Amino acid sequence: MRLITGNDLATGDVVWWTGGDWSRHIEQAVDAGDRAEAIAREEEAARRVNVPYVIEATATADGPRPAHIKDRIRALGPTVRPDLTLKPADPAAGSWVI
Amino acid sequence: MYRYDEYDQAIVDARVDEFRDQVRRRLAGEITEDQFKPLRLMNGLYLQLHAYMLRVAVPYGTLDSRQMRMLAHVARTYDRGYGHFTTRQNIQYNWIRLDQAPDILTELATVEMHAIQTSGNCIRNISSDQYAGAAADEVTDPRPWAELIRQWSTFHPEFTYLPRKFKIAVIAAEEDRAAMRLHDIGIRLHERDGVLGAAIFVGGGMGRTPMIAHEIRDFVTADDLMSYLEACLRVYNRYGRRDNIYKARIKILLHEIGPDDYRRQVEEEFAQVKALGIDPPAAELARITAMFAPPAFDAAAAGDVADRTDPDFAVWLDQNVRAHRQPGYAIVNISLKPVGGIPGDASADQIDVMADLAQRYGFDELRVTHAQNIVLPHVRIADLKAVWTALVDAGLAEANLDLISDIIACPGLDYCSLANARSIPLAQKIGERFADPARQRDLGELKLKISGCINACGHHHAGHIGILGVDRKGTENFQLLLGGSGAEDVSLGKITGPGFDEDGVVDAIERVTDKYLEVRDPGERFVDTYRRVGMTPFKEAIYG
Repeated sequence: MRLITGNDLATGDVVWWTGGDWSRHIEQAVDAGDRAEAIAREEEAARRVNVPYVIEATATADGPRPAHIKDRIRALGPTVRPDLTLKPADPAAGSWVI
Repeated sequence: MYRYDEYDQAIVDARVDEFRDQVRRRLAGEITEDQFKPLRLMNGLYLQLHAYMLRVAVPYGTLDSRQMRMLAHVARTYDRGYGHFTTRQNIQYNWIRLDQAPDILTELATVEMHAIQTSGNCIRNISSDQYAGAAADEVTDPRPWAELIRQWSTFHPEFTYLPRKFKIAVIAAEEDRAAMRLHDIGIRLHERDGVLGAAIFVGGGMGRTPMIAHEIRDFVTADDLMSYLEACLRVYNRYGRRDNIYKARIKILLHEIGPDDYRRQVEEEFAQVKALGIDPPAAELARITAMFAPPAFDAAAAGDVADRTDPDFAVWLDQNVRAHRQPGYAIVNISLKPVGGIPGDASADQIDVMADLAQRYGFDELRVTHAQNIVLPHVRIADLKAVWTALVDAGLAEANLDLISDIIACPGLDYCSLANARSIPLAQKIGERFADPARQRDLGELKLKISGCINACGHHHAGHIGILGVDRKGTENFQLLLGGSGAEDVSLGKITGPGFDEDGVVDAIERVTDKYLEVRDPGERFVDTYRRVGMTPFKEAIYG
């Protein structure tokens, strides 16, 4: 699957394309398919997201899993500060990155 | 310490106002990211993996308690309660909101701080010896010269759009505590026949093409220093390559035309520049120098002796405290490298503690080191126990300066958009493997440096043991280097061979240190053993 990700313009938060909007949670990301690049351009032009780009991911039971470790770290947060990730209560969350 | 005059303050305030308007225009959609990016970078604002990152300049690593408390305030109010001290003697915050960045700069400006020259192809924040003004081996305090270069370089119209970023270090001692020869220009102040001047080294740097700077002039009188620097920059600005980012640094120019031709051109340019009157009048230099006058040391302190009855305190004294040139005083190194911690990180509360200690015991001065530690440069020996006790309470009393766990590590793939591999978890694993303090002290001085990509922010080329993280088909892989040094015995590390995964490189380091213990001569440092016996025995130990 092909996901679109970027950073929120004002906050800098990592965000994912959900089909009609953006979410901080990759579980809500959808496959943008062949329209991914076009959507990214449209959303950037509309100032709804900063520096969007398209990544490859795998659909899993827990939601999309980016192919590259860099995007998995973006999706979760720094592996060295579990308290600052999106899943601070889940000590095993970091294993998803690796 | 240098204090802003009305011009300095007006320049910084105007810059904040300008950036506030630029941010407003960006948020309003009046300018695109392509247009905005160079503007935000000129104000130290990057976009990293998780958020915007703000890098705040700490000129030549010197700051006072008021400024340190502001850094804590920024961490607490605008970030997530911590900051990261960097190998450029700066601090950066990892979780900044664009819409709050102008407010942060406004607050920083109230304590004479900013984020200018922390990014972009300009002369970056000047770095220097963290023991300046306290070291017994310096001929003069290098900071007035660093400050002068800061003023000369800030918004210099010719040098705001150089071919590439440009880093300058100034030291004034034989011992190089600032990795001076791994800068684009390294300046070592020294005296000849009673006259102050400087040796000028050009073309050093790390990154993907590490090089040691060439000595271009063994002595330029201090009266000519600024003109000579101007000439060095002009030649680079004219001939540095703008067509290829990987060949744009001055080290590549020197490599391509050779140091002799570069020197010839600089001398020709210098003859022209000198007539322009760039060098400051004596009164201006005296004005700046006066602000770096030694603090009011107490002569009665000369008889002070530290009470070593507490063994933990005694270990910290031996490891983290250095001799001061003033009898009765000492230089305190505060390690930001607790075992299992994140190198260079400090919480807002810890930053406040260090500010308090500087104010109460250290003539209100602190330094940030390129090894990502903090220094209290002037502490009375009689106060060392009180300082140590406070540091223990704050989790800042790790007694590991220059030992294997005093690791330099870049933010790596946990934070940095350029990184290929995570540096911090590896630093943590190495720290835990060598956690035994007695084992660390037995290994002695061993500088271990980790970079998460080839840009070498973690100075891996200059590590006695260096580690470079690379991306091997989507998997983190780590190359091991041996034999580097950023000190006066400067050298570049050599790769041992095939890389390792994270656990594998920790095992390899242990095999290296075991071999060192086996073959070292009495009192011999790791890097000296390596230089004596060469790579082969270590390679055999690593790969069998």
